[in-house]
Amino acid sequence: MDLNFTAADEAFRGEVRSFIERKLPADIRRKVLEGLRLEKDDYYRWHVRLHEQGWVAANWPKEFGGPGWNAAQQHIFEEECADAGAPILSPFGLRMVAPVIMAFASPAQQQYYLPRIRSGEHWWCQGYSEPGSGSDLASLRTRAERVGDKYIVNGQKTWTTLGHHANWIFCLVRTNAEARKQEGISFLLIDMNTPGITVRPIIMIDGEHEVNEVWFENVEVPVGNLVGEENKGWTYAKYLLGHERTNIAEVGRSKRRLKRLKEIAAKQPASDGRPLLQDARFRDRIAQVEIELMALEITNLRVIAADMEKRAPGPEASLLKIRGSEIQQTLTELMMQALGHDALPFQHAAMDPQYAGEVIGPGYGVPLSGQYFNFRKTTIYGGSNEIQRNIISKMILGF
Amino acid sequence: MNFNFSEEQQLRDTLDRYVRKDYGFEKRRGIIHSDSGWSAEVWAQLADLGVLAVGLPEEHGGLGGGPFDTLLVMEALGRGMVVEPYLATVVLGAGLVARAGSEEQKAEILPAVASGDRRLALAHYERGGRYDLSRIETSARRDGDSWVLDGHKSVVLHGAAADTLLVSAKTPSGISLFLVDAKASGVTRRDTPAQDGHRVAEVVLKSAPGDLVGAEGAALPQIELALDHAIAALCAEAVGGMSALIEATVGYLKTRKQFGVPIGSFQALQHRAVEMYLHAEQARSMSYLAADKLGVSDAAERRRAISGAKVLVGNAARYVGQQAVQLHGGIGVTDELAVGHYFKRLTMITLLFGDVDHHLAQFGEAMAA
Repeated sequence: MDLNFTAADEAFRGEVRSFIERKLPADIRRKVLEGLRLEKDDYYRWHVRLHEQGWVAANWPKEFGGPGWNAAQQHIFEEECADAGAPILSPFGLRMVAPVIMAFASPAQQQYYLPRIRSGEHWWCQGYSEPGSGSDLASLRTRAERVGDKYIVNGQKTWTTLGHHANWIFCLVRTNAEARKQEGISFLLIDMNTPGITVRPIIMIDGEHEVNEVWFENVEVPVGNLVGEENKGWTYAKYLLGHERTNIAEVGRSKRRLKRLKEIAAKQPASDGRPLLQDARFRDRIAQVEIELMALEITNLRVIAADMEKRAPGPEASLLKIRGSEIQQTLTELMMQALGHDALPFQHAAMDPQYAGEVIGPGYGVPLSGQYFNFRKTTIYGGSNEIQRNIISKMILGF
Repeated sequence: MNFNFSEEQQLRDTLDRYVRKDYGFEKRRGIIHSDSGWSAEVWAQLADLGVLAVGLPEEHGGLGGGPFDTLLVMEALGRGMVVEPYLATVVLGAGLVARAGSEEQKAEILPAVASGDRRLALAHYERGGRYDLSRIETSARRDGDSWVLDGHKSVVLHGAAADTLLVSAKTPSGISLFLVDAKASGVTRRDTPAQDGHRVAEVVLKSAPGDLVGAEGAALPQIELALDHAIAALCAEAVGGMSALIEATVGYLKTRKQFGVPIGSFQALQHRAVEMYLHAEQARSMSYLAADKLGVSDAAERRRAISGAKVLVGNAARYVGQQAVQLHGGIGVTDELAVGHYFKRLTMITLLFGDVDHHLAQFGEAMAA
């Protein structure tokens, strides 16, 4: 029993840290640390720098062009990126569709798609949810009818995160309406530039454009874009959901936000004029969430250690998702609460990093209320926390 | 990074088996209702298994184990709700002697603890001090070459089972620690059953002779460290108790039928059980962190881990205990079922050595400093 990283791990951490120090552009770092708006180019510039280093596909094995890191190294890499204020790379290509392509696509598809995901030439988004299919994803209705060597796709996807940045979308589509709902679904890769696709923004609760609706109207997709077998898409989708778990807890970013929360609480005055950080009641709230995060960090390492022993990915990921998202929400809520009345002004223009006008209240306060509102999503997306509880209930407790 | 207990595995397996086979609920009931409230037979068996020796130094008859060995022992004892004075004797008493005692004191006491021949208890807390370790009134004065103590120590864990008491007292330069023969003249002990099946004693000292442990006036940091070891151990015990309680509760939900179906088919109850599981897993992680940080030299780092663990485990133990009772319904509030007994032990653990509020404040002070 030893909770500490090996000397080799620590050396690796040093290497990662110094790389990020040298290569992460200062303007991007500032936007991330201050919670300001990020553009596609910000993500892209960081993606390219990581690609040049051979690190962009952190979770890929060597044979597909990844660095071949073990779970501990991947964790350390993520932790360092989070701590330094690196933007979260879009997970849809690197972490979601890529593992499915590696596991189920043809060698030709692998050779075509994987290098383009790494280079950033292909920017992916996810076509899963539909207006009528949220938690009950398998009820999805977007249909793909085979006509000759093409599928004709019609339907609507929604909650398509950063779909407006993407040029490719991986979709779950219904290819057999007669079969049991899970058995009539296929996994299709679609070029977003194909005629018939319309992307419409959904403005989020914080006034930001983050997610979209994607409409498909007689979109022609080559049969060669099918991954694996027709009507086996649900199996691939489940594989994808169970695959990525080293980062689901978001420990690194929550640690960074905790640091930020303390900085803010040290600057904000309590009603008696002392720093809010000296206020016993507010400090207790910080302490509670910090302790929960300390525990989650160890829980996360326990899961990673199990990964490294090649024990099958288990439902513990649901534990990490539930507690990790609750912690993120608490942290964003406390940051907002720390502002007092200064949380009220909605200063949307000041979310632009170029904004040079006047700000009401402290500059660091501008994004905090919006971030709180926005982060209510964390217990909803990626399988709502209620669905995660169902998973634990069934898979771990055996109900 | 390694979360396996490969080296410690054998001890764990042996003790788990012993607790499961030889320390059943009815046997425990007999023990807690006996005159002494603990079993000399069980104690001898724990000595035979090496459990009493595991955390003690090798040069004094111990096996040289560390905090993770203690963690495994406590988790197993927690699963079985073992009431024998392991925490009082080995973790608190022998730990203090091993860290602060003279060579002579160690040689006299530690091998006797390892062999099961001597039991110890720490008599530190007093009525007026709540959880503040420095607020004691008991005092010691020199009497020729030796010391005599006067005072009243309150709710001393397993004070009546102890052959030797470790008593803290005010002396000219601060707080000092003394070994006091429990049967010496001037020592009165009033044994009382505790809510959780353990025993506690009121200890009154009237010119009781004491043998100084460590330097005069320098005991407080040692007492604090000993209590930190005890907190880490209690966290592990709570993890064991919670895991047994969750198992029992999930089992009950699957078999108890109402409305013609097992009540575990109801999502409201399933999700409650899941929340119990989440609390227990986080508590397990925190018990590991506490054990890991006991040895660090940075006092603030140790404080954060220990107080953090006591807070998180305290919250978890409260939730798991209360919900286990609720999900069992009426039978959960009877004396007949183990569930109520686990609940009582978990509840007392949350109060021992600082409750959630106390340790939240400790953690917060370390943060704001």
